[in-house]
Amino acid sequence: MSILLLLLFLLLLNNLLLLGTDRLAGMNRLVAVQGCLLAALLICLDHVIIGAAILLIKGVGLPLLLRRTHLRIGAPSSVPPHLPYAAAVLAGMLGLVFALWLEKQLPLPQGFFPPFLLPTALGTLFCGLLLVIGRASALSQVMGYLVTENGIFLLGSPLMSAGAVWFELTLLLDLFVAVFVMGIAINHISSKFETIDVGRFRSLRD
Amino acid sequence: MNGVYFLHLALALLLAPLFTGVINRVKAKVAGRHGKPLLQLYFDLFKLLRRGEARSTSTTWVFAVAPGVGLAATLCALALLPLGGAASPLRFQGDFFLAAYLLGLGRFAMILAALDTASPFEGMGASREACFSALAEPALFLCFLTLANIAAGAAGGAADAPSLSLSSMFAGQAPAAWLSGRAELALIPVALFALLLVENCRIPADDPTTHLELTMIHEAMILDHSGPNLALILYGAALKLWLFAGLTAGILLPELPFWPGLICHLVAMFALAALVGLVESVMARLRLIRVPRLIGGAGALAALTLILSHVR
Repeated sequence: MSILLLLLFLLLLNNLLLLGTDRLAGMNRLVAVQGCLLAALLICLDHVIIGAAILLIKGVGLPLLLRRTHLRIGAPSSVPPHLPYAAAVLAGMLGLVFALWLEKQLPLPQGFFPPFLLPTALGTLFCGLLLVIGRASALSQVMGYLVTENGIFLLGSPLMSAGAVWFELTLLLDLFVAVFVMGIAINHISSKFETIDVGRFRSLRD
Repeated sequence: MNGVYFLHLALALLLAPLFTGVINRVKAKVAGRHGKPLLQLYFDLFKLLRRGEARSTSTTWVFAVAPGVGLAATLCALALLPLGGAASPLRFQGDFFLAAYLLGLGRFAMILAALDTASPFEGMGASREACFSALAEPALFLCFLTLANIAAGAAGGAADAPSLSLSSMFAGQAPAAWLSGRAELALIPVALFALLLVENCRIPADDPTTHLELTMIHEAMILDHSGPNLALILYGAALKLWLFAGLTAGILLPELPFWPGLICHLVAMFALAALVGLVESVMARLRLIRVPRLIGGAGALAALTLILSHVR
């Protein structure tokens, strides 16, 4: 149980680091670490095969794909965000406090969620959303989407014990397709407009 | 118990300049040099105490008394800190506020002295020092509040438990709680170590050996001081470094009997000095606009620990 708590704590720390990191390469590494932590969590919860799959997809595959995309399009290492880094970290902490409050308010079945899993999952989801709305670079937003998905995945992890493995696999497939499509979209955006700063789309005319 | 405390206090007063010597020696070794003698700061202090003082005609009594006020404030703050696990005889509920604001008082005196010289260069250094210390103060209080929370938890929430005293906060509960699976408490030493670097003007926040005027912070403030007053400033800085290292070591070390406690305390202190030297050797100085990010990071770590320790 203490290893599970340690992993959940590291996941929270990883979220805050993601919110405070400006460089795309650093964010990508943190997303990879988050994938590895998620896999370790699943292994702790006795889902070894799914854990290994998550490690391959979220810990290795997707970060490599994102890194390849980053190198191919030659995007700048960091783009100034819409939401300042300090404000994002502060908002992430407020999100965690809200998640902790919500855990106490929700009438959950006794022992359904391992201790501290629900607030970590909600905090991860919230951090992902903050990355999506707070960052200007499309690649960072894709990473935000991945982090959001990690939060949803973590929320769904207790369901696996109820035999909903296929549901999670379907979710993973959706994610894979989404990143694949986004990768192509970002590549096209980059080749067409020579930038992935979504703020500059405002200057587009018909 | 008071005897143990006074022994630790005497060691702190005696060994504080050696702390800086260890940092400089580690930096020199990493750079492949032999470096200055370990006791260099002692030699410097004795040399400065024997010398006369040159004072600008534009300065007033504020400039003359500030180093003494700074040293006295640091000494008083150190006297409130439990050293090597031995509780301070001066402890009382809420003494951490006094300790933090005594450090603030010392800083305020030095800022006034810098402004008193009427030198724009020293004024610039004073402005930077005030800015960064104002940012570091909330982070320090967040660390103290987290420790108070843990001390209150260890006391079983008793209303009369002295959990708001530094001696209770650093009574060895943190390592015990950490080893029992509360990993978030490991962040407090990290936050305090970052504050040690910022508050004591070490790399990456400031460079104590810099001569590049536009990047100086603390060193810019003390350029006009000389002789015995400069000795007081240097000794005060060494004591402040010992105080912050004592805070960090106080969290890492569990409650131990006298001799093992004394040895472990000294080993931890000089290991921290070596760590500061290593950090200074492998890291470049941060740009001034990035220093608040370092302090904010320390504050965020402390806040996260406070939230999690409050929930558990």
